[in-house]
Amino acid sequence: MVELRVRHRFPARPDSAAFALEIEFRAGSGVTVLFGPSGAGKTLTLDCIAGFTAPEEGRILLDDEILFDAGSGVNLPPRARHCGYVFQNYALFPHMTLRQNLAFAAERRPRLERHRKVNEMLERFHLADAAGRRPHELSGGEKQRCSIARALIGSPRLLLLDEPARGLDAPLRTEFYALLRQVRAEFQLPTVLVTHDLEECFELGDEMLILREGRLVQSGPPRAIAERPANVEVARLLGIFNLLPAEVLELNPQRNLSRLRVGDFELAGPYFPGRFRGDRVWLCVRPDQLSATAREGTPGANQVPAQLMRAVELPQSARLEFAGGINVELARAEYERQKSNREWQVGFPQHALRVL
Amino acid sequence: MVVDWFPLWLSLKVAFIATALSLVIGLWLAYLLAHRRFRGMEVLDAAVALPLVLPPTVLGYYLLVLLGRGTALGRLYEWLTGSPLVFTWQAAVVAAMFHAVPLLVIFARAAFESVDRSYERAARNLGASDWRVFWKVTLPLARRSILAAAVLAFARSLGDFGITIMIAGNIPGRTQTMAVAIYDAVESGNGALARTLVVIVSVLAVAILSLANRLVSRQAQ
Repeated sequence: MVELRVRHRFPARPDSAAFALEIEFRAGSGVTVLFGPSGAGKTLTLDCIAGFTAPEEGRILLDDEILFDAGSGVNLPPRARHCGYVFQNYALFPHMTLRQNLAFAAERRPRLERHRKVNEMLERFHLADAAGRRPHELSGGEKQRCSIARALIGSPRLLLLDEPARGLDAPLRTEFYALLRQVRAEFQLPTVLVTHDLEECFELGDEMLILREGRLVQSGPPRAIAERPANVEVARLLGIFNLLPAEVLELNPQRNLSRLRVGDFELAGPYFPGRFRGDRVWLCVRPDQLSATAREGTPGANQVPAQLMRAVELPQSARLEFAGGINVELARAEYERQKSNREWQVGFPQHALRVL
Repeated sequence: MVVDWFPLWLSLKVAFIATALSLVIGLWLAYLLAHRRFRGMEVLDAAVALPLVLPPTVLGYYLLVLLGRGTALGRLYEWLTGSPLVFTWQAAVVAAMFHAVPLLVIFARAAFESVDRSYERAARNLGASDWRVFWKVTLPLARRSILAAAVLAFARSLGDFGITIMIAGNIPGRTQTMAVAIYDAVESGNGALARTLVVIVSVLAVAILSLANRLVSRQAQ
């Protein structure tokens, strides 16, 4: 388990604004994902753990060992930290063959064991045929496997991955996810993965930490965060929600009811604890929770007439973009039934509504 | 006309030794400047390039003052080796190094800095000491540029005149290098000898430069 509490400031420079990282978390077994936009401090956090950057203040523990402690002046060099690191571009040594890359990483093992371990890793990651080739002669998948094998060969106590799937095409990405799941099952290593790809969080993450401008804004299992983003900031970062400005008109805890004004319309929602009448809030609802149907006569309860701006047909669903920033996602079959509608209305299921 | 080949051999010997010593010092300084942040870095950075801009006679004068037989450094050298430094061929090596080291530092530093930092990080992360990172990763990845820089340093060492004549002098058969011999030939009106030596030096210089270019362009591929 890695436990970290760090603070690090960068003064403003001519080419960059001032930045402060101030973060505290622990990551246990399984995969912990650091998610956030570029410039949130994700890679910097990883570099602090690996020992490439010494924060100004704080403490980093791996299991029971102190890797860094500003107070007592402990700062282990990267080579003493036993963290496997998979770099964004893999950083395979271009002047060495794949086998030499692995042997370089196994150098600390006794000689006989070293050779055996390299062979074992080559077998395990299906790299034996490519062992004699240099990185530029390897396929994308081989490079990927080699970088992970190299990071694991020294038996690290923690695996760090810096946007490992960035820039990969879809098949390689799928291959990579499978590979990481295999590594996870076989090595049982606590893993910290940096990404700005939400899909990756759901594919691989047990625990998700959302970073923004150097701070942790929410943490929890990916599913739970997607269900309940802590605030409008998180909801925006996840980028999967409809966020509509609204006003609380009425709250009724006894009947678990509320009424909201959204634009020109009123919607009924569940009771929102901690809110008051007159509060200005954001209505937050996922596109797949809404319905879109043909408008006939006066709209019913929680049905809002809407003007369709654009329909995007996705491989498995369709996204309907309505005026006012309302997106609705329909399953393929449902979209086929509805697509000839001329006038539309959007339905907001009462109990799916959340406010932030 | 009898051509005395001694100056050519002496120049080659001096250039070889100066280049070898400069590689050790130059790579160390270049690595320091490229990879470490320390106090006095700007001063060192400027000091390294200084010999390239100071007039050679000025440098020669400084060296005479520093290394002469009466000075501490001069006496130390004499105590260590049993012979004085100034006005020997070894002084010509020192003279040549004053231009070879700055050249090496400038080119090697650029070469070190052009090595993608993530390779060095990966190496450190994989358990390598700084020393091992340098030998196994940084140096191999920068080797062609450094080889090219060494070739240039060699060429520069071959042709040093100003500092050499100040601290090694012009003793035929002992400290007279090519550059000095050419000067000597012109001074004494021996035009034929001067022309022969000039042609030899020019051909050597062109050959060396084209070798350096080949090294650099092969790296670019």
